[in-house]
Amino acid sequence: MRAAAYLYALAIYGFIFLPVAVLVLFSFQGTLFPIPPFNGPSLRWYAAVLSDARLTAGLVNSILVALLSSALATGLGFLAAWGFARFHLPGSALLRGIITLPLTVSYLIIGMGLLIFFNWIGFPKSLAAAGIGHVVINLPLCFAILYSQMGENQANIERAARDLGASEAKLLLLVTAPMMWPALFAAFFLSMTFSWDEFVISFLLTRFDTTLPVEIWNMLRAGLNPKTNAVGALVFGVSVVLAIVFELIAFRKRPQ
Amino acid sequence: MTPLVSIQQVSHGFGAGPVLQDVTLDLAPGSYTVLLGPSGSGKTTLLSVLGGFLTPERGRVLIGGQDCTALAPARRPTATVFQDYALFPHMSVGANVGFGLRMRGVGRAERDRAARAMLETVGLGEAFARKPHQLSGGQRQRVALARALLVEPAVLLLDEPLGALDLKLRRQMQDELKAIQRRVGTAFIHVTHDQEEAMALADHIVVMNRGRIEDEGTPERVYQRPRTRFTATFMGESSILPGRTAQGAITTAAGSFPAPPEATAVAVRPEHVALGGDIPATVIDVVFQGSYKRVTARVGDSDVLARVGAETPVAAGEAVRLAIDARHVIVLRD
Repeated sequence: MRAAAYLYALAIYGFIFLPVAVLVLFSFQGTLFPIPPFNGPSLRWYAAVLSDARLTAGLVNSILVALLSSALATGLGFLAAWGFARFHLPGSALLRGIITLPLTVSYLIIGMGLLIFFNWIGFPKSLAAAGIGHVVINLPLCFAILYSQMGENQANIERAARDLGASEAKLLLLVTAPMMWPALFAAFFLSMTFSWDEFVISFLLTRFDTTLPVEIWNMLRAGLNPKTNAVGALVFGVSVVLAIVFELIAFRKRPQ
Repeated sequence: MTPLVSIQQVSHGFGAGPVLQDVTLDLAPGSYTVLLGPSGSGKTTLLSVLGGFLTPERGRVLIGGQDCTALAPARRPTATVFQDYALFPHMSVGANVGFGLRMRGVGRAERDRAARAMLETVGLGEAFARKPHQLSGGQRQRVALARALLVEPAVLLLDEPLGALDLKLRRQMQDELKAIQRRVGTAFIHVTHDQEEAMALADHIVVMNRGRIEDEGTPERVYQRPRTRFTATFMGESSILPGRTAQGAITTAAGSFPAPPEATAVAVRPEHVALGGDIPATVIDVVFQGSYKRVTARVGDSDVLARVGAETPVAAGEAVRLAIDARHVIVLRD
């Protein structure tokens, strides 16, 4: 019975991780094709990835878009969450629902909507457009994380700061934001994770300069080779690191 | 003497019913005032009105002669010590205490020096570099006090400051609060529902009930001569004996006492009731309290509480005779 349970668990994790494991394994392939037998390990395909100007440009673009869009989404989400948590607004519940609504809409629909809108206002396809798209998809997430962390205890701490003469700007900068830094970092890193391997919106909204997932897609159209495995393994590695950082911050035991 | 704080006909309601009803109160400089009342009596709301966290719907609040009714908390000469202390968790104790001066543009060296001095005053000189979560409840309380005092408020507002502490620490902090208040000379306004705490601390007690002031005065006066039935039962224990007035006296089940015609009942403190008099009574309950016995006896239709010596041989069911000290009987008009 126990053996069956272990076998079942093994099957499940195998089902989830085997494709990734094979991808990573054959990224170290020594010959031209990512098919058995494995004759590595070799780093030649990683070298090829890092000397490919288009891929490295995509890598830099992806990092740039992820950092800036996540910073913007976290900042806007923080201000919105603070506003909703601290002030009585007419129709507060409805407005909160509308802010989190994009979470339920597919990226394809959001991407298409933005494409049509940008076209209409004459905003060109670009990394900036993709970055705005990432803010649109990550803002609701940041808002939800931050809003859930704003408690009544913190409201009293803010009252104390106001009582001692803090302006609203100083209050946010010196008290509220530092007090909420674990939630802010968690929101930021989760946004980074989603922005980092987002494909559909980037594909629709960029043209010449584009992000790494779109570059990989361009590569895949030419067929499989261990280089695609290598770049896939790199993307996967970065996602894992971001997810671990997020979990460490979000589920860390805090004093008090 | 001109009052430091003058609350004039303040009323405030939150939908369901009035929270404050026509509250008028004058407080002297340097005094220690306790707002005493059960939960829902409006005492915390009144403190919020004084602190500027709530603008009352009607009435005015003057502090030091200045109309502060609609002034923001930061702009009025008050500072508040919150019930949960509301310390900044990410700052050191020293930075917490110095925060008010930082907001006033005082340089770091200067505010650190002032914060250290204030921490000495509250007996926490060694905690300057620590974080709030490393301190005990009583120590956090002192940090909150030091932080509020450092901005030199004319009035310090304390919202149930000892509510979260255990009994022993509460008694100890009571003594310290009083000592600190004498040392700094600031007027303290302290909200509590604990009548023992109120009597231990206050120069001036304000008893509140259902958004109104029931009684106010020195603790001795309010305890010995409460103006209302509510005050007589909330400030210490009392037995209420209803009666009828005739010819300058009120007649109750436990005898007649001198009273004006508008009197409706008398209140008697347990310490003014003894065994061995001429009022027939039946003992219902005896509770041993260590230093005394608390006896509940039935006189006519009313229950009378008596506090008798711990050695007194008395048991439930016995028929006894009670004596009431007529000099200490409280005549009630409501």
